[in-house]
Order: sequence, then C-alpha cells, then structure tokens
Amino acid sequence: MWPIIQIELFKIYKRPRTYIAFGAIAALILVIQMGLKIDGEAYAAFLMKDINDTLTVDGKVLNGYLICYILLQLLLVHVPLLVALIAADMLSGEANLGTLRLLFTTPYSRTQWVLAKFVAASLYTILLLIWLAFLALFLSMWIFGTDDLFLMKSNYVVLIQEQDVFWRYLGAFVFASFSLLTVAALGFLMSSLANNSIGPIVATISAIVFFTILSTLNIPLFNVVKPYLFTTHMNNWKEFFDIQVNESNDAITGSILNVAKIKNSILVLTVHIGLFVGASIWIMKKKDILS
Amino acid sequence: MSVIKVQALSKTFGALKAVDQLSFEVEAGQVYGFLGQNGSGKSTTIRMLLSLIHPSEGKIEIFGKSLTDHRSAILEQIGAVIERPDLYPYLTAQEHLTLFAKLRKQKISAAKIEATLSQVGLLARAHDKVQTYSLGMKQRLGIGIALLHDPALIILDEPTNGLDPQGIADIRQLIKSLSKDQGKTVLVSSHLLSEIEQIATHILIIHQGKKMAEGPTSSLLDPNKTIVQIKTLDDQDAKQKLMDSAYRANILERSEGLYLSIPKLDIPGLNTFLVASNIALLSLESKNSLEDYFLQLTSTY
Repeated sequence: MWPIIQIELFKIYKRPRTYIAFGAIAALILVIQMGLKIDGEAYAAFLMKDINDTLTVDGKVLNGYLICYILLQLLLVHVPLLVALIAADMLSGEANLGTLRLLFTTPYSRTQWVLAKFVAASLYTILLLIWLAFLALFLSMWIFGTDDLFLMKSNYVVLIQEQDVFWRYLGAFVFASFSLLTVAALGFLMSSLANNSIGPIVATISAIVFFTILSTLNIPLFNVVKPYLFTTHMNNWKEFFDIQVNESNDAITGSILNVAKIKNSILVLTVHIGLFVGASIWIMKKKDILS
Repeated sequence: MSVIKVQALSKTFGALKAVDQLSFEVEAGQVYGFLGQNGSGKSTTIRMLLSLIHPSEGKIEIFGKSLTDHRSAILEQIGAVIERPDLYPYLTAQEHLTLFAKLRKQKISAAKIEATLSQVGLLARAHDKVQTYSLGMKQRLGIGIALLHDPALIILDEPTNGLDPQGIADIRQLIKSLSKDQGKTVLVSSHLLSEIEQIATHILIIHQGKKMAEGPTSSLLDPNKTIVQIKTLDDQDAKQKLMDSAYRANILERSEGLYLSIPKLDIPGLNTFLVASNIALLSLESKNSLEDYFLQLTSTY
C-alpha cells in the first residue's frame, strides 16, 4: 500500500490549498507573539490583578511556556477547521474532479485507497501540529525565554517548575494529535458521502460546532451523552497541566492530577477515529462512482 | 478466446433501468465498437466493466475470470479512459505518468514514460501543469495513462471528445495500430456512427440500455442502404399510396414525418413513383445520422 500512500502525499504536497493552513497558523501565532512582545507586561499585569494582593510572584511570568499555553488555548479550537479543509476534501474533491474513477480503476482496492488517503490526511494533520508546536513552543521559548509556568485556573492557581514543563507540552501535543485525527476522520466520513468539495468541509465544521455546543451546555438531558461525544474530550490536553500536590500543598514534580481522564479521552477519540474511518470504507465500497 | 464476456447485465438507478439484460462477447484482437446515443447506457456498462458501478444483475468475465472475484488481477491488465479526461490540474503530464507508473506491478522506466508522452504528442508540454492544457491535450494525456503499462485490454469511452480533426485522426490511427500492430483488444464507445465505422471490426449498438444489434461492422453497416425522409403537401395521402405500392415494406414507423429505408440506388425510382402517383412532393432527403440508423434497426426488430 506504500505506493498509493506516496501518491496521496505527493498530491497533498502539490496542492496550493495545503499551504493555507500552514500560512494561517504562522500568521496567527506571529501576530499574537508580536503583540505580547510589545505589550506583554500590561497583559501579565491584567492577568495577575486579582491575586497581586495575596500572592507575590518572582521571576518572569510572561515566558515562552505561558505564551505557548495561551496560544494553544486560542488555536487548538480553530485548527480543526483548518484540518477539515484538507481531510473533508480527500474523497469528495477527487469525486468532484472526476479523478476518483482514475484511482478506482487501478489494481488497488477501494479499501486500500480510502486507508491510504486517511494515512496521508493523518500525516498532513500531524505535520500541521508539528508546525504549530514549532511556532507556539520553540519560537516562543526563543523569543520570551523560559521560567516556571504559572497558570490561573477558575478557582486555583498552578505553578509548575521550569524543568517540569517541557514534557507536559510533548504530552499535550501527542494528545492534540488524537483530537485532530478525530476531526480528520470525521471530515473523511463527510467526504465519503458527497461528490463536491464544499459540502463536506461545511458539514464537518458544522458537526464540530454542534457537538461542541452540546458538550459545553450544562443541561441534564445532554449530560447523558456528553461522555461519548468526541468534542467533550478534544480539549483535555489541558489535563497535562494540572498537577498533584502533597499534604503541605506543594506540587509533586512529574505528576498529573488526573491521568485516568487523559487515558479515557484518548480511548474515546480512538474509538471515534475507528468508527469514522470504518464507516467511510463501508460507504466507499458500496458507492457507485458516477462522477 | 473471449476477452470480455458479459451475461444478462442490468443496472437500475431508482426507477430507471440504465442497462437492461445486456449480453455480449469481445474476442481477442478485436476493436469492438460500442455505439449508442448519449444516455443509452454505454458509459454505465463500461463503468461496470471497470468495477466503478456495481451491477444490479448479471455476470462479467474478463480474461476468463470473474470480475467480482479477480478484480485486482483483471484491472492490472486494463487501460481505460472514461468519458471526460479528468486529471489533477496542479500536476504536470510527466508527474501524472510518474504517479500512475507507481501503481503497476511491473516497473515502468523513465524511458517508457517519455515514449508514452511522445506517443500521445505531449513531450514538448510534459512539464506544464495540466490546468494550462486544452481539452484535446487532456484527452491525449488520459490515453497516455491508459497505455502506459502496456495493457492487454484497452477501454476507451468517447476517446475523440473535444479533439480537433487532426487529433481525431491521430486517435483513430492509434486505435487501429494498437489492434493491428500490437494485437491489443480495444473496446471503444462513441455516439458517432462515422467514428465507430472507421475503426471497429465489430459493433454493438445499444439503445435505452438494451442491445439493438451486434456483429461485424461490414454486415451491420450496409453502405448501400439509406433512410429517406419525404415531405409532401399531404403526408397521409402519400403514405397511403406508398402502403399500396411495392414500397410498403420500406416504410418506417415514426410519430412524425414519412420515412423509408431503401437502397441508395432506388432513390431515383422512388422519386419517379411519387411524381407518377401525383403526390405533391416538397422534398426528398437522404438521412444517414445515427438516429435514423436506429430507426431503421428498431423497425426491423
């Protein structure tokens, strides 16, 4: 199956649309980094205004690690939309072009083609995430330097020592790859149902928005289904930044408060990926290629 | 030996029966012309032969094997162009051929890719993106992709669509050469009788999903016969007089107009008869279109 994966990757590489997402991420991150570099101290003062009377923080609050956290909070909500641009077009875009019949009259089976396309879309998604990590983490570390990570949660603060932060970001990015692959798989499923490019992209984005609203609303009726919705779990990369404390309320280096929650989220997302890709294969195998 | 054997093939889309109990065989080395009007079921049949559409009923055997059970092995030996030459606009001709070369079991060399580009007349534009190509150039590249792996069976669905007269002549010559010089089996579809007539050794005529006629070109397309349309001041009177004459058997049933199927050499005699019968003749026109040929066929079935 390697030759057809290569072909799919080559096509992604040659398509102008591929670079929109990379460009958009770079533009957003650079603009935010520039803003924080110029006026970051005022922003930090604003963040700290409620606790300044009770807590004294030494060191550099606005460091590369905090900038990365701020960027991920902002961007990991929107990156799925960029992933949908490519993933939701993988099958329907070919149907729209008429090239699906070129592919499906080769000796490779439809299952092989669908899997190859999903692997290619997944590699694209992971590359996008690596690009995001490079700009949001490494570039921020270079511009703003590093120090302890000071996070303000809704009713408590978290202070993670500098040497205990980096691996958490690695974990968060690995987790985010599962979230984005779920979006890619959903886009893929939508793509298998249509013969045009725009419909599946809009449908994927709409589905993400719809399920995100369901996941966010605190209505008892929806609470039953929430644990099974992929959108409930997509933002749980933040769990890597909640830390256990000992009896004297000191942070335990190298610990995560709720490892089970992360594992459960990865499981739910993996099941969704499997279901979406499996359904795509089933639909494409049954489909008459009329385009 | 039958390269393609189709038995009682049908395809239904909702209430529409696109292909209806179609059976035919294509022998090795034949150029088999698949002739029918637009919407007659040609493309649906071809797509079923290439496993793009699932048949509702019937069996397809290619190279003596069931298409359902040996799809991959069969498609390895087929090259096809289906309807429009749809390609990737952001890739060049060279890139297209290089990509599709990777999909075949046998190694296809760079020299073979270059030879194929030369064969379809695209060597000079090999490194230009397809989005800059004319329809004819895209069609030629589609044919290049179909021929690249040296397939034993070539299926071409309306291959001359969008080509200029020189391009049509080149494709015609290429198809003849593939059969004569290389012993390939070619199944070619068209809605143009004149196209099929010039290249096919055998013809199947399909209409509304049904087989209307099949056989060697020489026996199906009798060049001596034609269809004549007669326009008079009183068609009913003219028809009655023809019904009472020796021309009765030549009259074709049609909702409008008066048509006869007769040998070309009988046209002067028909004219003499109409004048002698005091029929007020407005015009007498010989028709050779595919539509009229179908009319002739349906009247005899």
